[in-house]
Amino acid sequence: MAITSDIEKPSPKLIPWTEKLAQVPWWALIILLLGVLIVYFIFTSPTYEDAFFFLIAGVRLTIQVSLISFGTALVVGLIVGLGRVSKNVVFYNLSSLYVEVVRGIPILVMLIYFAFVLTPLALQLLHWLSTAMLQNLAIGPVVGLAESMANLNIRDVPMVVRAIVGLAFCYGAFEAEVFRAGIEAIERGQMEAARSLGMSYFQAMRYVILPQAIRTVLPPLGNDFIAILKDSSLISVLAVRELTHLGKLNRARTFRTFETWNTVAFLYLILTLSLSILVKFIERRMTYEK
Amino acid sequence: MKNNMVEPIPVDDDIIIIDHVYKSFGKTKALVDVSLRVKKAEVCFIFGPSGGGKSTLLRCINHLEAPDSGRIIVDGIPLTHAKTNIDLVRAEVGIVFQLFNLFPHLTVLGNVTLAQEKVRKRSKEEAEQLAMELLERVGIPEKANAYPGQLSGGQKQRVAIARSLAMNPKIMLFDEPTSALDAEMIKEVLDVMLDLAKEGMTMLVVSHEMGFAKAASDRMVFLAEGKIIEEGSSKELFANPKQERTQAFIDQILY
Repeated sequence: MAITSDIEKPSPKLIPWTEKLAQVPWWALIILLLGVLIVYFIFTSPTYEDAFFFLIAGVRLTIQVSLISFGTALVVGLIVGLGRVSKNVVFYNLSSLYVEVVRGIPILVMLIYFAFVLTPLALQLLHWLSTAMLQNLAIGPVVGLAESMANLNIRDVPMVVRAIVGLAFCYGAFEAEVFRAGIEAIERGQMEAARSLGMSYFQAMRYVILPQAIRTVLPPLGNDFIAILKDSSLISVLAVRELTHLGKLNRARTFRTFETWNTVAFLYLILTLSLSILVKFIERRMTYEK
Repeated sequence: MKNNMVEPIPVDDDIIIIDHVYKSFGKTKALVDVSLRVKKAEVCFIFGPSGGGKSTLLRCINHLEAPDSGRIIVDGIPLTHAKTNIDLVRAEVGIVFQLFNLFPHLTVLGNVTLAQEKVRKRSKEEAEQLAMELLERVGIPEKANAYPGQLSGGQKQRVAIARSLAMNPKIMLFDEPTSALDAEMIKEVLDVMLDLAKEGMTMLVVSHEMGFAKAASDRMVFLAEGKIIEEGSSKELFANPKQERTQAFIDQILY
């Protein structure tokens, strides 16, 4: 099309037709078609239907885990991000240590480490603390607390909690870098103007820098929210009954590999696609306000 | 300046005392042994070649830069004293920047009320009332609900002036307030500054607007290579500058 239209005068009818064709979001149509196909199977094929109703319970847990760990990661990330731009030597170095360590370890390893190394370690520490309390400070309320601490078993810490903490810890480091970049993107004059009006460093951060920074980091944050949803599949190694783990169980139960993983992939795709639409919507709202 | 931990030093009428101040950035010497006293209600016009230390001097007065050595005393409060709460001093010293530095995520009204509410602890109504009065004074009350991105350069700078004035400062610093403006907007900003000067505001103005210096300044200070080369009234400096360096500079910028 391009070659002929460059030489000859473009025919007014042909161009709109091909251009319209080129503008069709084919990728979305293909996804839609695959989706319709799977939905059709779920309604017509008993094996797909069985897989779907078995897996749907995992979707709920996947969403819950993603939301809670991402929310926590945002809080951690904001605090650590402030540390990364802080002039306070201790705050800066602690934040940098955390970010560099976490970024250098695979999430899967980190999750296993949290679940099977750090949790028992924390429990041991708790037990040791309770013995120390009982020996040195045996007064009414303290005894009760110490005894309940001593009775805490490793099995009392559910895997899903360890998984959420692990995910939040990993993503906290990523979000910290996102926030740091966002804060550093705001020109220096903004902080100077705020400080010159008598605002403290934290007031300037709170009312001038962060409201602007958050707007700039919204796209990467949305990206990471989708990423954490996908990475929540990693916690299946901790036998948390989220979507991927239920997928494994369903395959073992029915030996229907094809149908099981088709449905799992389809469900993840639905989740991530609706999330990215939501993120786009929020971004648009935020920029309108400006 | 109450609530500061430091005992104010008696300073007579000198609201700003700059006492043997040195400041360098790496190997560049921005200020070399600068001493200057500014009286209440005085309008001090600072000029000189770029890179001569004018901006650095202004920024030292509200401690956006800390001097390497020497003392700066603002309204009796020594800035470099360990016990000085610099935020309290800054609330009394307004500064207007070359590039305005308005807060782009807030409306004009929000820009002028933010620090009033957070620093001066005024109520929203009180802050908005003063803000509207000030916007009236700088001539753009109709833009109260606009965002900075929707304003012209001259309007932005007038909002920036109103934002500083809203803190009821004792001193106003102007750091090349018209250098980033188109020619036809310079006057609207200078007019506001001239009014301020007439009302008895203590002002330090770094600028190249010699017309403003003639009309409003009580004293002109020529700063080059980090040193005060010469100071005097505008009449003296324009008619017969004592230093060759001053003469050469004035000849160069007066077309």
